[in-house]
Amino acid sequence: MDGLILTIVSVFKILLVMVPLILSVAYLTLFERKVIGFMHARIGPNRVGFKGLAQPFADVFKLLTKEVIVPTNSSRFLFLTAPVLSLAPAFAAWAVIPFTDGWQIADVNAGLLYVLAMTSIGVYGVIIAGWASNSKYAFLGAMRSAAQIVAYEIAMGFALIGVLMMSGSLNLGDIVRAQAGGFTNWYVLPLFPLAIVYFISGVAETNRAPFDVAEGESEIVAGFHVDYSGMAFALFFLAEYANMIMIAALAAILFLGGWMSPIDGFGDGIHWFLIKTVALLFVFVWLRATFPRYRYDQIMRLGWKVFIPVTIVWIAVVGFAIYFEVGPWFSTVRGGGL
Amino acid sequence: MPEIRNYTMNFGPQHPAAHGVLRLVLEMDGEVVERADPHIGLLHRGTEKLAESKPYNQSIGYMDRLDYVSMMCNEHGYVMAIEKLLGVEVPERAQYIRTMFDEITRILNHLMWLGTHGLDVGAMAMFLYCFREREDLMDCYEAVSGARLHATYYRPGGVARDLPDRMPQYESSRFTSKSTAGKLNDSRQGSLLDFVEDFTNRFPKCIDEYETLLTDNRIWKQRTVGIGVVSPERALQLGFTGPMLRGSGIEWDIRKKQPYASYDKVDFDIPVGTNGDCYDRYLVRVEEMRQSSGIIKQCVEWLRANPGPVLTEDHKIAPPRRGEMKGDMESLIHHFKLFTEGFCLPEGEAYAAVEHPKGEFGCFLVSDGANKPYRLKVRAAGFAHIAALDEMARGHMLSDVVAIIGTQDIVFGEIDR
Repeated sequence: MDGLILTIVSVFKILLVMVPLILSVAYLTLFERKVIGFMHARIGPNRVGFKGLAQPFADVFKLLTKEVIVPTNSSRFLFLTAPVLSLAPAFAAWAVIPFTDGWQIADVNAGLLYVLAMTSIGVYGVIIAGWASNSKYAFLGAMRSAAQIVAYEIAMGFALIGVLMMSGSLNLGDIVRAQAGGFTNWYVLPLFPLAIVYFISGVAETNRAPFDVAEGESEIVAGFHVDYSGMAFALFFLAEYANMIMIAALAAILFLGGWMSPIDGFGDGIHWFLIKTVALLFVFVWLRATFPRYRYDQIMRLGWKVFIPVTIVWIAVVGFAIYFEVGPWFSTVRGGGL
Repeated sequence: MPEIRNYTMNFGPQHPAAHGVLRLVLEMDGEVVERADPHIGLLHRGTEKLAESKPYNQSIGYMDRLDYVSMMCNEHGYVMAIEKLLGVEVPERAQYIRTMFDEITRILNHLMWLGTHGLDVGAMAMFLYCFREREDLMDCYEAVSGARLHATYYRPGGVARDLPDRMPQYESSRFTSKSTAGKLNDSRQGSLLDFVEDFTNRFPKCIDEYETLLTDNRIWKQRTVGIGVVSPERALQLGFTGPMLRGSGIEWDIRKKQPYASYDKVDFDIPVGTNGDCYDRYLVRVEEMRQSSGIIKQCVEWLRANPGPVLTEDHKIAPPRRGEMKGDMESLIHHFKLFTEGFCLPEGEAYAAVEHPKGEFGCFLVSDGANKPYRLKVRAAGFAHIAALDEMARGHMLSDVVAIIGTQDIVFGEIDR
């Protein structure tokens, strides 16, 4: 009986996260198109529904009714598995995200590791999609994406080690609680280089402009998902945007104090978390509207020769600061940072 | 050990960066291009052959469709060849109008180039910003000829008609509110010249806007500096013209070296690059837009002060005015002859070249004394440029091929003809 109740409660919790998440993915696409539209001196979608608000649903219905074409020479099983493999981890990672104090599906102690693991699995979807399509364009996209994600995963991991050292915990809830007490306690200040590296690596990891070489619409057309259509394509799309929200939410949690209000005692809560996430998502969109695309080898160079050294140096700096208890941030580091 | 082989990739003709219908067969070693083999002819429409079966004055419209982003410059090359054979005098006002519209066309072309080049390299915003300004220039085309793209405005002996006194206005509709239409009409209240002058005042600021997005952008520089380098000697050997040649550091511009229309009477500079890479060609073209804007301004001033005829009075070549036709038998005959038979050119051959936005655009006419050309050969600038694609792209990466196609400013209308 207890097991049944637990299952029902868990399913309910999962639905409570998943439904708003899918909805926000849908509206993130509209948000992106609108924001980029205004940045480009045009209007963006404004025809479907009131001021274009029904546009995401129109898109979804369009994609649902389209045929999923499986190329003759593709590997059918892998071809259809790939979108699922890319979407499932993107959603699974949300299990440990604390929306506000105590609001998370699973309060895992190794939450940060879990998130890293989940986001890394996503690359299999991309590689398998590129391989199974049996197309040179898709294959190039997959290879680019694989190399890119490996490079940036390392930089990202190092950036997170800084957070880990400061908070002394892998539990995402504890990391946020360690940043309580106004914006001066947020990790973005002592760990500024790491926060920047983390965010840029996040952009690269989600294959967003200016690091969208895996899709590179003007070079390899659509990269790994060039042969996908209909709902199979929509799943990739969904995964990309879910990952985007994920990276923004994680950045908010790790560096911007999650649900904590910027001024102490100003009413912490989920709204702060959402505001921070949306602000970071805006930066994602802003980057896409402004920058040209990097070349594949330049991305590699940036990752290996700039970001990884920067993070290593800063981790050393943080280590020394914690050891010698340098104020104002490092003197109060709680329990077992080193 | 399995043998490692290069693979071939079919780039285009259905490819977003193929600029129309370029089919490029790439031999790739991983991401590195070992050989690039451009295939052309997918947009061949037989313009040269068609011109052989039409009276001279009926082929002007075909010229628009050669390089379909710099329409009037194509016309200019063609009518100049005819004028050269005929030896007809073109009124000075028509020369200035041609100069002005050649430069408007240059800006049109360079805006198109900048937008698509930016889009190829990933800067999406450029495309939309450039097209915003392009729209105004299209309105100039529309005001003067009634067509936004294929104007057929230049005629042997001048231009089709004088500049209009009023601009076409926007009307409010379901999609354009009254206030939006009013805002759009603000600069369109006066004559075409007022509108063009207003544009030249606005335009340098727009170029600054484009430059803030690209010129010092690190990513843009990384993508263009040192890509597709062509040495000055090699550029000459390859037959480069226009910005492709000037980007390599050779100061060659037909507008200065062999002035036509009224280019000897306006003041402008020729920007020249130093390294011959994509970035230098970008800088050259951006500066050319500024210079063009200056030329247009000078032309507007002159045209304001000097009214006069815009088409030769020789009615064997140019149609008489409508009013004359109603009362004058001879005019009616001229009109009838011109629009059925056209006019005959003396036996001989002539080559006339203009500084087209993409390079040297020339028309070589051979006449056997009939009302149709015996042979028309069009020298398209892009043809020599695309022939060098292999040399420019070899050893670069796939993404650079896209940048190189962009920097060559290829339009298949003129290459395939």
